[in-house]
Amino acid sequence: MRRSSAKPSLWVLAVREREADVIVVGGGPAGLAAASSCKEAGLEVLLVEREGSLGGILPQCIHTGFGILETKEDYTGPEFAEMLEKRARDLGVEILLDSYVSRLSQVGGCGASIEVLSPRGVETMRASTLIFSTGCRERNAFEIGITGDRPAGVMTAGTAQALMDLYGLLPGREVVVVGSGDVGLIMSRRFALEGAKVKAVVEITRYPGGLTRNVVQCLEDFGIPMLLSHAVLEVRGRKRVESVVVSEVDEKQGPVPGTESEIECDTLVVAAGLVPEAGLLEKAGAKIDPLTGGPFVNEFLETSLRGVFACGNVLVVNDLVDHAVEQGRLCAMSAKSLIEGTMRRPSAWKRAVPGENVRFVVPHLFSGDRDTVFYSRVRSPMRDCSLSFNEIDKEVRIRAAMPAEMVRVRIEGSLLSGVGEALTFEVRGWPKGKRG
Amino acid sequence: MPFRVAIIGAGVVGSAVARELSKYEGFEVHVLEKEADVGWGASKANTGILHAGYDDDPSKFPMRARLCRAGNELWRGLADELEVPVRWCGSLVLAFDENERRVLAELLSRGRSNGVPGLRVVGTDLVQKLESNASKEAVEALWAPTSGIISPYEATVALIENATENGAKLHLETLARRIVVKDRRVVGVETDRGFLEADAVVNASGIFGDLLSGTAGISGFRIRPRRGEYFVFDRDAEPKVGMTLFPAPRPETKGVVVTQTADGNLLVGPNAKDLGEKERESTETTKGGLEEVWREASRLVVGLPPRSAAIRTFAGLRPEPDRGDFIIEAYEDPSGLVNCVGTRSPGLTSAPAIAMEVAKLLAKGGFRFAIKGKWKSRRKAMTRFRDLPSSERDGLISKDPSYGRIVCTCETVTEAEIKEAIRRGARTLDSIKFRTRAGMGRCQGSFCLAKMMVLLSRETGTRIEDVSVKGKGSNVVLGRVRDGT
Ligand SMILES: Cc1cc2nc3c(=O)[nH]c(=O)nc-3n(C[C@H](O)[C@H](O)[C@H](O)COP(=O)(O)OP(=O)(O)OC[C@H]3O[C@@H](n4cnc5c(N)ncnc54)[C@H](O)[C@@H]3O)c2cc1C
Ligand SMILES: Cc1cc2nc3c(=O)[nH]c(=O)nc-3n(C[C@H](O)[C@H](O)[C@H](O)COP(=O)(O)OP(=O)(O)OC[C@H]3O[C@@H](n4cnc5c(N)ncnc54)[C@H](O)[C@@H]3O)c2cc1C
Repeated sequence: MRRSSAKPSLWVLAVREREADVIVVGGGPAGLAAASSCKEAGLEVLLVEREGSLGGILPQCIHTGFGILETKEDYTGPEFAEMLEKRARDLGVEILLDSYVSRLSQVGGCGASIEVLSPRGVETMRASTLIFSTGCRERNAFEIGITGDRPAGVMTAGTAQALMDLYGLLPGREVVVVGSGDVGLIMSRRFALEGAKVKAVVEITRYPGGLTRNVVQCLEDFGIPMLLSHAVLEVRGRKRVESVVVSEVDEKQGPVPGTESEIECDTLVVAAGLVPEAGLLEKAGAKIDPLTGGPFVNEFLETSLRGVFACGNVLVVNDLVDHAVEQGRLCAMSAKSLIEGTMRRPSAWKRAVPGENVRFVVPHLFSGDRDTVFYSRVRSPMRDCSLSFNEIDKEVRIRAAMPAEMVRVRIEGSLLSGVGEALTFEVRGWPKGKRG
Repeated sequence: MPFRVAIIGAGVVGSAVARELSKYEGFEVHVLEKEADVGWGASKANTGILHAGYDDDPSKFPMRARLCRAGNELWRGLADELEVPVRWCGSLVLAFDENERRVLAELLSRGRSNGVPGLRVVGTDLVQKLESNASKEAVEALWAPTSGIISPYEATVALIENATENGAKLHLETLARRIVVKDRRVVGVETDRGFLEADAVVNASGIFGDLLSGTAGISGFRIRPRRGEYFVFDRDAEPKVGMTLFPAPRPETKGVVVTQTADGNLLVGPNAKDLGEKERESTETTKGGLEEVWREASRLVVGLPPRSAAIRTFAGLRPEPDRGDFIIEAYEDPSGLVNCVGTRSPGLTSAPAIAMEVAKLLAKGGFRFAIKGKWKSRRKAMTRFRDLPSSERDGLISKDPSYGRIVCTCETVTEAEIKEAIRRGARTLDSIKFRTRAGMGRCQGSFCLAKMMVLLSRETGTRIEDVSVKGKGSNVVLGRVRDGT
């Protein structure tokens, strides 16, 4: 298979090319689901994954809580990933591992070409449709403005999780966690289970970021204190973390002078949110939504680059793997209809826009020709409220809305077709006494 | 018997001295460095500017004025011989009012008397043509076409690699405690790993220079830390300034600059804060310092990226001598001691010229200099996969498939490059980072940290638990999980 290496003059010709109906970039749950569905729909599909194994971040999430909506059963991350992988392999999806997509460019107004780096060499691959499922990355200590020293022992939650659950290493014994989203909560418990002392979970907002269930099971059951309306300002320690300085914050999340205190610890775990890994899309010219950090998409989950679709955490950071999988399937269906020539784009798109207490809405554009699933998140927690719209007669009651939990709603095409230019998503209090 | 020289400190200055002395017949060069790698003092945390040489008044700071100008010239050949990335991009000092215009006029005439070529004061139109991101408020600028930007840590690594290739010995994690003098002569250095006999000692210990000098009985000066803080942005961040932009200088500092590093990152800083004499390792960043940097930088360019887009902040300490000028001298009592300390800015620029000065001082001791027959002037740079065109990348992968394994995806660093860095002596994660840029990108290593640990442990045959970020006491992990998986 290897070319002879002694002919540098052939290098220019050596860059090989490949083609497929669909190329899926990223073999996490969203990409695996997309690739399997493409194959089932009879398309020729190529799945390209940079790591040596599939499953994305799932193999390192050894807790349960995966696949409840999809399968009605509760799996651990590795178990759920294995199911997705088995399905893709059984269907005969062609999979390229250790293959990093380093460049994406649109070709001929539809579809795309990618450059792939792998131990096989540099390859160019073209497809009329491309599904992007590259996941997200974590925000680090610098991005959230932590100052002070730069010693060993400051790491993101994902890194800590990988060290523990993929490599069997213990990152720290006395830990402070920044961020009380589910990731921070689950990692706190993970440390506690290893006998490490979690000295505090520090949360900058007034309420816990994660699910109540996780606050109870991950912190309260282990006696881990949570500091709400607090921020980590500074790290101290030249070689290894020795302490962190925390303080109270005001409504604008600025530190309140005089409230600083020092917590001794050897490790600072940063679980301060996730950012879609959309750099390649952005460089190729896709429009990015500053509210999600992911690409702008229409109801086909097609980005502003024709024939390039996005699903999973690169589209919008999902808290449930089931939603990532669902988005993957929709991308596959869209790719099929585009390839078969049955995709009907409207002459003018209608817009889905966030209103009161809604941070974002995905997809951003819809036609009104069919039922459409929308994903959104609230800005701040609210009890007994509803997702409602001024433009159409629909109201979805929500008992407790939390920023940590994606609000998923399916709206019928019959209602959507009546919308003028835009549909505004709002979460408001449920009127007292009203039935729902 | 070879003449044995012990150089204390492997910053850019000590490394340049080592490289210079390793050229010659008859020397045995030893470099003692307390950290786990070279260049981890001021030499890795600075702006990286190769100053043109107009800043320093030759009547007040004759060494700085002369050696900066000479160093700028020397780096041209040296960067090429050592394959260190450098951009000769030129710089602009912006003036915003009449007062500052007068400062420019002063700098211009000073530069001319220092022999700086090509200096000119230019008006707004040309300023905008030269650097379209420069503030529109600037009324005039001093244009120094010979100013450059170098990767300061790569420069240090390159100098030491070339020195060791020519026979110099590097002793890492070796702290010099005392310069030992007997009968008014230097006889060696007492370290935490034992005594090293030496005929001469070059004190290039940066911020600790006065303290070490004091152990040999020379104590006529003091060094104090002056901290400078920075923001670094991703290589994709806009605007990309092509030239280095300075404000009009103040006596204590050349001011907060906006520039692009040799690797292509937007870099903003430093401020200047004097610290106490004991705070010689206080390289922490501060909220106030960073705010100051941000304020100052915003004056110089139009449309900085949002502060939250910075991928890293850091700080460095300038070793400020109370005398003002560099201290580069040898003594009669004790003989054999050469101080080259007080190396504040422009010490990076001046380093190759300082090294020649040190050689001259040693020559005064009667030493004859003859270049070694088998001296190698050139050093080969590390492979930089990310800078290569696809066809060459493919060629590399076909020779060694580990070029096809991307370890750091933010900066496109391959497994082969990481192994090369380890072969060249990297033993910590920071050493790998500074040599390859792995972990220097947007995610700051959150994806590749574990993979680098695996590679480092595999290639060096150490336990993965023992992998450190920056040497002793900075292990990444503190043990294994209970079930020992
Ligand atoms: C700590 C934690 C706990 C969680 N807990 C739960 C839970 O209990 N229940 C639940 O349902 N969900 C949970 N989630 C969320 C869920 O895991 C995610 O929504 C889901 O993994 C997203 O899948 P994805 O395929 O979009 O991304 P990922 O799983 O991140 O996969 C992306 C894949 O793309 C690859 N890739 C990226 N860039 C490239 C490139 N340039 N070239 C080639 N390949 C590339 C990556 O290597 C990766 O394999 C949790 C997430 C975290 C972080
Ligand atoms: C914020 C800032 C910005 C700057 N910008 C520029 C610029 O743009 N252009 C320019 O030309 N210059 C600049 N400088 C100056 C430049 O960085 C320094 O002049 C240069 O790095 C000094 O090199 P050095 O080798 O003397 O010191 P260092 O790099 O500090 O090296 C001294 C070494 O000695 C070691 N050491 C100390 N004590 C001992 C001991 N007892 N035993 C063993 N080892 C020891 C230290 O670990 C260190 O590695 C700047 C400096 C700072 C701080």
